[in-house]
Amino acid sequence: MTKNAWQDDRGNKDRSITNPKPPSDAEPVRKGGKAVKAEGDSPFLIGDRMTGGYGTGANILNDCTVAVEKGEIAVIVGPNGAGKSTAMKAVFGMLNLKSGSVRLDGEDITALTPQDRVAKGMAFVPQTSNVFVSLTVEENLEMGAFLRKDDIRPTIAQVYELFPILKDKRRQAAGELSGGQRQQVAVGRALMTQPKVLMLDEPTAGVSPIVMDELFDRIIEVARAGITILMVEQNARQALEIADKGYVLVQGANAYTDTGKALLADPEVRRTFLGG
Amino acid sequence: MDPINAIVALLNFVVIPATAYGAQLAIGALGVTMIYGILRFSNFAHGDTMAFGAMCTILVTWLFQSWGLHLWVLPTALLALPFGIAATAALLIFTDRAVYRFYRRQKAAPVILVIVSMGVMFVMNGLVRFIIGVEDQNFLDGERFIISARTFKEMTGLDEGLAFKTSQGLTIVTAVVVVAALFWFLNRTRTGKSMRAFSDNEDLALLSGINPEKVVTYTWIIVAGLATIAGVLYGLDKSFKPFTYFQLLLPIFAAAIVGGLGSPIGAIAGGFVIAFSEITVTYAFKKVLGYFAPGGWEPDSLMQLLSTDYKFAVSFAILIIVLLFKPTGLFKGKSV
Ligand SMILES: Nc1ncnc2c1ncn2[C@@H]1O[C@H](COP(=O)(O)OP(=O)(O)OP(=O)(O)O)[C@@H](O)[C@H]1O
Ligand SMILES: [Mg+2]
Repeated sequence: MTKNAWQDDRGNKDRSITNPKPPSDAEPVRKGGKAVKAEGDSPFLIGDRMTGGYGTGANILNDCTVAVEKGEIAVIVGPNGAGKSTAMKAVFGMLNLKSGSVRLDGEDITALTPQDRVAKGMAFVPQTSNVFVSLTVEENLEMGAFLRKDDIRPTIAQVYELFPILKDKRRQAAGELSGGQRQQVAVGRALMTQPKVLMLDEPTAGVSPIVMDELFDRIIEVARAGITILMVEQNARQALEIADKGYVLVQGANAYTDTGKALLADPEVRRTFLGG
Repeated sequence: MDPINAIVALLNFVVIPATAYGAQLAIGALGVTMIYGILRFSNFAHGDTMAFGAMCTILVTWLFQSWGLHLWVLPTALLALPFGIAATAALLIFTDRAVYRFYRRQKAAPVILVIVSMGVMFVMNGLVRFIIGVEDQNFLDGERFIISARTFKEMTGLDEGLAFKTSQGLTIVTAVVVVAALFWFLNRTRTGKSMRAFSDNEDLALLSGINPEKVVTYTWIIVAGLATIAGVLYGLDKSFKPFTYFQLLLPIFAAAIVGGLGSPIGAIAGGFVIAFSEITVTYAFKKVLGYFAPGGWEPDSLMQLLSTDYKFAVSFAILIIVLLFKPTGLFKGKSV
């Protein structure tokens, strides 16, 4: 990443004058944009031909398209560094696109800030630091529902029903939970907005096989409730099995796109990504 | 041996003044720690923000006094305080929009913001001196003492007097109220929680629909409140002189760092650690020890570790010791 002069700290390491907390690396879409009616027919959520990267650096995404139909599950797989997380951030407006567009439910939302996208019914669980570590589990959930003005208690109860362990830990700081429990908090936080679309970036990362199966079950449960899911997964086999649609990304571009079953059956995909 | 008089002397000259001073430092340090937790830099303009807030309050106090408006036995400054806070909040938000926001947009390294805040400090410093001048200003009115030394002596028949100034009582009560209100706000209200969330993880706050610019604005408003209250209390207790507020920056930073930057509880603890150390080290214990010593063995010297001229050296020494041995402070500095 090319640093601009403002970001050069000249080697300062003095925590008594500067907070060592890492800076935000998001470049969210600026305020002021409006959603406009999109022409033509398009899937429920689509990041269409997205091109862009971080700051002034090289493009990470090259004409990349990911889409998901209402009530379905779409899964993005691909090698490390392929740009899967970047594509998710781009769809959520955490990254400025050089070209391409994002459409949701017949509207072009490319110019909307991430907050406005939350208000439109999108929710995102990022790959890393996806919980507020110093806040309690319950406060994490409350923050997920930040934009809601109505009574959030029934939704909190639903989340506890989905992830019972969180109920026992609700007064504990999320930073004191195990990795798997944190992932549950992260997904729970995202569900608090009662989203129409849930975007998950490797929800099963660092989770034991049993918890992983359970998380997959929960995700299917959420999808059955009518929530559209766009998900990045490292466990490609398991994920593609439950996917209505699968995307294989390589170097920021679409390599293969098909239904989950078809991708699993494709010998080429099997050989290059699934290991035989 | 006369332990009662010794204790009274100790209370009068050390414990009460240090508690009041500690409370003032604590409120100041809370402001510093809020900025550090949320905006990620140490705000060098904080001392002068306190001076500005106190100045605005003083001007409104004078206006009220000229109208003959008084607050019974309490200082009129209390009535003027909300106006001082409002003016300071306006100045801080203006400064943020005019100066800091540009650097936020550039995602500037925090150390650059530290230097920027020094620039802001000089401007505020100049502004205050330009408006109210460099001299001492006294704006305390109402009853001066809750208990004066003479009444105490008459009441108890002791040799030592114990004075408890209105400004000291006011400082302690206000500090308790302010701290309770701040903790309630941060831990119980939706906005307060969103500020803690933002301080914890900016990106995730963004994803949750929290508006970063709003969090920043609330932070400046709260800091304006804390700085003005600290500035006015200090001014009532001692006197208002712009230069002393600039000097207060050192003990305030020492308090925030000793407590652990970013930790509100730490800021409060740090304030009292610094205040008690400063006053204990510079107090002449001759009299107190004299009461304890068997008849006539009163020490010849003043029994003063450091002259009061060196009081800033105390903050500085504590600061260095803490940075050497426990750089994260007493209460592990974490996000607000
Ligand atoms: N904040 C950032 N700033 C600059 N470059 C970044 C940043 N984050 C990621 N990149 C770069 O973008 C490319 C794609 O990263 P991305 O995180 O999207 O990969 P990924 O497909 O999600 O990989 P993984 O499977 O390991 O999560 C990588 O080359 C990475 O170096
Ligand atoms: Mg990734």
